[in-house]
Amino acid sequence: MLLLAAGLPAAGALAVWGLRRKPYAHWIGAGAAALAFAAVAVLPVGRGSGAWFAAGGELTGGWWHQFAIEWAPSLHLEFSLAVDGVSWTLALLTALLGVLCCIHNAVGAEQRASDLLGADRAASAPLQVRAGSFETGGPPQAPNRVLGLLGGRRASAPVQEPPATVETGGPFPAAAPVHGVPAGALGDDSESPEWQSPILTALLLAVQAASTLVFLADNLVLFFIAFEAVLLPMWAIIHRYGDPAARRRAAAKFALFTVAGSLLMATGLFVAIADTGTADLGAIIVHGGVSDDVSLLVFALLALGFAVKAPLWPLHSWLPDAHTAAPTVGSVLLAGVLLKLGTYGLIRVAGGLAPDGAAEAAPVLAVLAAAGILVAGLVCLRLPEIKRLIAYSSVGHMGFVVLAFAAGTEAGIRAALFGNLAHGLVTPLLFFLAGALKARTHTGSLGALGGLRLAAPALAGLLGFAALASLGLPGLAGFWGEAFTVYAAAERGGAWLALAAAAAFGAFLAAAYLLRMLRRVSHGPVAPAAIGIGDVSAAEAAVWAPLVAGTLLLGLVPGPLLTLFSEGLL
Amino acid sequence: MTALAWLLIAAPAAAGLAGLLVRRRALAVALAFAGPAVALACAAAVSFANPRTAVILADFGTVRVWAALDLSPGACAVALATAVVSFLVQLYSSAYLRGDPRYAPFAAQVNLFCAAMLLVVAADDLVFLLIGWEVMGACSYLLIAHYAKLPQAPGAAAKAFLVTRFGDVAFVLGVMLLGVSAGTFRIGELGEAPAAGAAMLLILFGCIGKSAQFPLQIWLPPAMAGPTPVSALIHAATMVAAGAYVLTRLLPVWPPDLLLVVAVVAAVTMVGAGLCALAARDVKGVLAWSTVSQVGFMFAAVAVAAGDAALFHLVAHAAFKGLLFLTAGVVIALAGTDGSLASTRLRPGDSRLAFWAMTIGLAAMAGLPPLGGFYSKEAVLSAAYEAGTPAGVVVFWAGVGASILTAAYAARLWLLVFWRGAGPARRPAVPRAESFSLWALTIATVAVGALYYSGPFEVPSLHPDLMALLLLATLGGFAVIADSWWRDRPGRRTDEQVTDRDPARVLGRARGPLAEGLYAERLAAKATRGVAAAASAAATALDVRLVDGTAVEGSARATLAAAEETAAGHRGGLVRYLRLSAAGTLVVAVVAIGVSMWN
Repeated sequence: MLLLAAGLPAAGALAVWGLRRKPYAHWIGAGAAALAFAAVAVLPVGRGSGAWFAAGGELTGGWWHQFAIEWAPSLHLEFSLAVDGVSWTLALLTALLGVLCCIHNAVGAEQRASDLLGADRAASAPLQVRAGSFETGGPPQAPNRVLGLLGGRRASAPVQEPPATVETGGPFPAAAPVHGVPAGALGDDSESPEWQSPILTALLLAVQAASTLVFLADNLVLFFIAFEAVLLPMWAIIHRYGDPAARRRAAAKFALFTVAGSLLMATGLFVAIADTGTADLGAIIVHGGVSDDVSLLVFALLALGFAVKAPLWPLHSWLPDAHTAAPTVGSVLLAGVLLKLGTYGLIRVAGGLAPDGAAEAAPVLAVLAAAGILVAGLVCLRLPEIKRLIAYSSVGHMGFVVLAFAAGTEAGIRAALFGNLAHGLVTPLLFFLAGALKARTHTGSLGALGGLRLAAPALAGLLGFAALASLGLPGLAGFWGEAFTVYAAAERGGAWLALAAAAAFGAFLAAAYLLRMLRRVSHGPVAPAAIGIGDVSAAEAAVWAPLVAGTLLLGLVPGPLLTLFSEGLL
Repeated sequence: MTALAWLLIAAPAAAGLAGLLVRRRALAVALAFAGPAVALACAAAVSFANPRTAVILADFGTVRVWAALDLSPGACAVALATAVVSFLVQLYSSAYLRGDPRYAPFAAQVNLFCAAMLLVVAADDLVFLLIGWEVMGACSYLLIAHYAKLPQAPGAAAKAFLVTRFGDVAFVLGVMLLGVSAGTFRIGELGEAPAAGAAMLLILFGCIGKSAQFPLQIWLPPAMAGPTPVSALIHAATMVAAGAYVLTRLLPVWPPDLLLVVAVVAAVTMVGAGLCALAARDVKGVLAWSTVSQVGFMFAAVAVAAGDAALFHLVAHAAFKGLLFLTAGVVIALAGTDGSLASTRLRPGDSRLAFWAMTIGLAAMAGLPPLGGFYSKEAVLSAAYEAGTPAGVVVFWAGVGASILTAAYAARLWLLVFWRGAGPARRPAVPRAESFSLWALTIATVAVGALYYSGPFEVPSLHPDLMALLLLATLGGFAVIADSWWRDRPGRRTDEQVTDRDPARVLGRARGPLAEGLYAERLAAKATRGVAAAASAAATALDVRLVDGTAVEGSARATLAAAEETAAGHRGGLVRYLRLSAAGTLVVAVVAIGVSMWN
């Protein structure tokens, strides 16, 4: 099952690639993702067959299952997979998001095909008319008549909307032009043959496979390889399918930043392997990590690497660009999976390999995390673009996770893991919604939106729900992680109380900027861009429903998940 | 019985969540009634058994969060009041919002709101309580923003949520500190938590935000932008009362010497809000400020450690303030105005029901016997009188002053609305659902005084001298207003011609600032915006210019520049290469010689 969980998406990616010209290629991808999800979902069955360790005669936790093949022993490389409560939840989240993204793509492609067909039949619209670019995931957004009209307009004035450089009005003064983000991704027609979308699905599956491998790896070298393998397809997703105006730059920044971090991480991993003489992650953790004299060095190197990925302020600046430029599914995976690689690595690998170093470095991490929470919250107060705003809010949320981890108490670790997972449900939902919104209105600028509540009540309702979840409303998933981050910091006492206060204030800032977003997007009179847009379609509702349900469920019944974490190998 | 206790919260919550998915109005109406009705039945049932129950909700290792309910008699009474008011509000709004296309989400949100308040009332765990506490804030946001066409509604809604959430920053911190020091969040087990002072002050700040007390009173008056039934709900038995309620639950944990802080907050709020109510310019504005002032009485009771007196006043206030707001909605609809006092006028004969409902409600608020308000206010002042602490002295005299003001603004509202002759508009009939709600609340307002004689509350007995003082204060307030009203009567010949006959003239020059709430709201908004804009600009500059622009992009540029330089260095001619080789050889030779000599 462990092998299937990681192997199915990889096989799916290859299959989709191979069959990319076939119309059903998307559905093969979705099927592979669904099978992988099923494989991950059954992992808890028969748990305890791996290396559980005992305390006081009772099994307290550890790997549920293990699986290992020799690969290159001289390099300490072993294809060994293992799973426990901590990694299983993240692998499940990855698989879930993989399925949802694939379905999103497949539905979008079908929609686009039928739109194209309709447009051909009507013979009034130029061929370049497409219902939005690839990131749309095409909801049934307009009848053919309107499409034709739209196409005509677009043909005559290819780039009608000026880049929204400066937003005026509102409680906050105009944003710095640095934040100017091109409004609306009009698809670039020259480079997008119709069969490209299956490749996007293939790339998604590749990201999913590699990420699952990261979460399940029990060998440090394998972990590193998988960690790097995530990067390439993600780079391709941003580079090829992103917002045409910014994608190349964003992709390069993302890749360079992450590679720099990974190299430091690799150094740390090899120092640890040299010190302990083994690359078995579980074994090192059980033995209490590396020896004292290299502990701080190992932790610092690893933490730097993971902090880039997490991202921890001030190593975050690749994230807003990458998120803003990426297509919807790319943003979803970035937020839901890639950031989790960083936090998972920080908590499991860095914290597990070098617990002493972690304790020593904790104050630095905590201060940076708290600064990240505050800075991200403040920056969000004046961002003029919805996707960028959500991206920056991720920096704040990850700040909570890192702060809770840095506090290092039992409650803190569990809060960090919980907040991590909750963010993986809520922020992808927000990105899906923002993507749908941009596909309908062709703009993401807060200044050009408005009145969504009247134009598309269901979409506005979902956006409100996601925003409430993101600001940590109790009873929804976001609350537990953030509230107990405050608890964990308060538990440490002393100067940590100031960090607890900063975190609590960060939650207030989150409310402020999300309400500002809702006020611009949902309330007020209907903006010209939002006139006549369609509401949530059945397919979209189906894709988003699991995320909504998960958010509610984790919010109302956090107990089982926390129990899983408490059994984890940390 | 514990199942019923859970159902008390689950029924309106489920009805609310289901209602969010419903489009058809008939179904929405059915859900709207079903939720509070079931809750009402459950509340009535559990008040006989007072069940307690707890299951683990979340286990964070060193501390656990329990889904714990503790329906003590006082909690049952508040829960009953909440359920009654919610049910009547739902009934009323089914008629009030008859043409509204967004009725279904509205009714669902009212149900969620009700569930959240019931959770706050019943919870015995501070983190569990926090769920209801903040869901209530979120629902208030949604409800206040209900009218899509009203330009000020979104701002008012956001302000309500953000101000209460600002208080919640302190509340969450306080709860967490309390949890850390006591090792538990269970209210019943907190006991004498060590070093609870700072934590309790933080929690007090959260309650001040929720209850719109000084200095966080700024959100309540603009919240009038919501539909009138929402105002009734927020003001009567739910959100605004929740802060006072939580303080009564936490009374055992309070260090006694810190109660003086509560007393000062209560005193400033009672008197200040009373003055603002006297000067307010529209019907709902008067009622909003009166709520702030009346909740101040509850805080006053908390300040003298008289939790039951506070709860008694909470229940009595729920009855008369619910009545007053719902009647205000009827009155404004009858007068066909926007609710401004300058234009809203009726004759008592236009609607006997509205007249009497308003009269009884105002009389109860002013504290005339034998209405509920008289007993509860008497109980609060008696408790303050008996306390014999500095806090008691402060709130007692502030309470007497606030009673005078209460009588004054109640009388002013009554005179202005009903005794200035008829307005121009036609008079539509009052829908039956609305009049039923008014009847029910009128009866409740009259009958709630009976709780003094046989109720769940242990309140101090009536002192004849205090009763006399309170009545005197009330009559004094009436007298001031009546005097001004009489002097400004239209037929009277004076030197100065009175254009607007308004007893608020007694306030003199302070009237304008008071009507604006002493500009606190505007100042706070301006200051907050200024600070937020500056901080945000600074953060953006730090983040975008320094971190991203200089450090990240700068290092990229520096790398490229270095690459260029290096490449340029390799593009020289033969002579240059020779020079470089010679220099390099020299350096290597020097280093090698140096190293060998060192060894």
